[in-house]
Amino acid sequence: MADLITKIESLVRTRGQKGVAGIWTDEHELVEAARKTREAGIKKFEAISPYPIHGIDEAMKIPRSYIPYITFIAGLSGCTFGVWFTWWTSAVDWPLLIGGKPMWSLPAFIPVIFECTILIGALTTVASMLVINGLPKVDPPVIDPDLTSHKFALFVPESSGDTAKIEQLFKSFGAKDVRRTEF
Amino acid sequence: MIAREPLVLGKKSLKDVTDDICRLVETFPPGRFVGVFIAAATLFAFYIFIQSMIVAYGMGLQGITLPVMWGTDIVTFVFWIGIGHAGTLISAILFLFRQKWRTAIARSAEAMTVFAVMTAGVFPILHTGRPWLAYWLLPYPNQRGPLWVNFRSPLIWDVFAVSTYATVSMVFWYIGMVPDLATIRDRARNIWRKRIYGALSLGWRGTARNWNHYEMVYMLLAGLSTPLVLSVHSIVSFDFAVSQLPGWHTTIFPPYFVAGAIFSGFGMVVTLMCLMRAVIPGFKDYVTMHHMENMNKVILVTSLLVGYAYGSEFFIAWYSGNPAEQFLFVNRIIGPYWWAWGFMIGCNVLIPQLLWFKYIRTNIIGMFIISICVNIGMWFERFVIVEGSLHHDFMPSAWNLWHPTFYDWGAIIGSFGMFFTIFLIYTRLMPVISIAETKPVLSVGHEAGEHHG
Repeated sequence: MADLITKIESLVRTRGQKGVAGIWTDEHELVEAARKTREAGIKKFEAISPYPIHGIDEAMKIPRSYIPYITFIAGLSGCTFGVWFTWWTSAVDWPLLIGGKPMWSLPAFIPVIFECTILIGALTTVASMLVINGLPKVDPPVIDPDLTSHKFALFVPESSGDTAKIEQLFKSFGAKDVRRTEF
Repeated sequence: MIAREPLVLGKKSLKDVTDDICRLVETFPPGRFVGVFIAAATLFAFYIFIQSMIVAYGMGLQGITLPVMWGTDIVTFVFWIGIGHAGTLISAILFLFRQKWRTAIARSAEAMTVFAVMTAGVFPILHTGRPWLAYWLLPYPNQRGPLWVNFRSPLIWDVFAVSTYATVSMVFWYIGMVPDLATIRDRARNIWRKRIYGALSLGWRGTARNWNHYEMVYMLLAGLSTPLVLSVHSIVSFDFAVSQLPGWHTTIFPPYFVAGAIFSGFGMVVTLMCLMRAVIPGFKDYVTMHHMENMNKVILVTSLLVGYAYGSEFFIAWYSGNPAEQFLFVNRIIGPYWWAWGFMIGCNVLIPQLLWFKYIRTNIIGMFIISICVNIGMWFERFVIVEGSLHHDFMPSAWNLWHPTFYDWGAIIGSFGMFFTIFLIYTRLMPVISIAETKPVLSVGHEAGEHHG
């Protein structure tokens, strides 16, 4: 049983890229190091932190997330669906006269339309975040288990630059630890 | 400049925060916890027995009788749904207002929301009388026509509101927990803990790009949840307000219900936080007296709001000149259910006024007793609204009182067993305080302290 699970895990595991990681213990040092790394001409690299850090987006020139546009379109679709569905079921597919109200009684349908807007908007927002962030990942390689607790890291894949040069760079930026690893 | 209150006491490093919060998940619970858990689980088993009997023999086991056909199930449903409002209020509305003190209590308040809505959901389903056909409430293509649900009915609005609220608050709660579950995964030495929390954390890695989208999604969910939480209790109030019955047919109901929901929800959060502070070592450093005092201020404000709503109902009954409405409100005070009205006014309007005093606002015993009173008072508020309006309706020949049976009391008391059993399991399996949200506010209030050493 245990062997089987281990075997399945090795088959579906998310593979990482080889590269160089530098580890810092202070968030301000990480932001500084990220800025210098970008200024050194390295385009593609990751900053890993246990919590969202103020200023890292500017330092790495990460653009503002575009998910709000997805939410807006999803919410609008949910609203349209709600309007169509209440109209089609109540006035078209099987019209039933209830309490002398019009078949297409929009004010009475607003609560349901509103809930459709919120439900589809919220679920699409979360789903798009998962897709954009490439989640779920199965047991992805971890540089250091403390990166979700109290340490901070920069990771440059091998494809983004010369490994030895990057190791030198990270050391000069004050990294507490530099290692070749997989992420 | 006015000094900011520290949000986390004791000079804690990032690692201390991780250790403190993960320790609960990683250690075997102490005997005290096991004792409380066994008590709650026994009550839960009793509740399952009560509700199974009701499913097997029918709603007649409970004391509903004409004209009071909405009894325990509806009162207790509104009670639990109301409690479920504080969590989303704390996690969404206070988030949008940038209230940093919310971080310590948001996770547990959201958990409380999810579990309270689960507890509430049982009641209307059983109240249908044939719970195995409850799926008829959903509009799905069926072989009866298809015969669709009646979207003009407030009861169908309620189905949509409560199920949307349950779904979105569960997603909000879970997404907020993903980075913390990754923390537990990375600390795990046991292979099964690593696998289970690894799966729950969705393989979260915390890169700057991930956080960028994650924070945006958190804000969007807060923005979507805010109108949602206000809509849910408004729609619950439509169940009553859209009818023609005196005492129910009022336009003040939606805001009055929302204020009452926040009031009762914060009452329950204070109850739970007092208990967690008492039983969990180190919890006091995160949920400080500052947090408790802030919540007590919210209770005081919403107590005044519901007090205003009670008064306004009486004023409108007099001002409308409608004899049926006037009779009903006089009947609330001197009729057969005068004691329920007394409990409602005493527990919801009078006793919370003690929170004007800072001494009581910052006294754990005092606030605990007041929060229990709020819980009791809010149950009686729903009792006054439902039973108080139904038992004396238009035709005096039809008047009748509601006589609770063993199964009524069993369902009310047993539902606490369900709620506390699930909540206690949660406190040992999930991070009870948001680790990733607490770390950025560690320095708040400690800036000035640096100079004093």
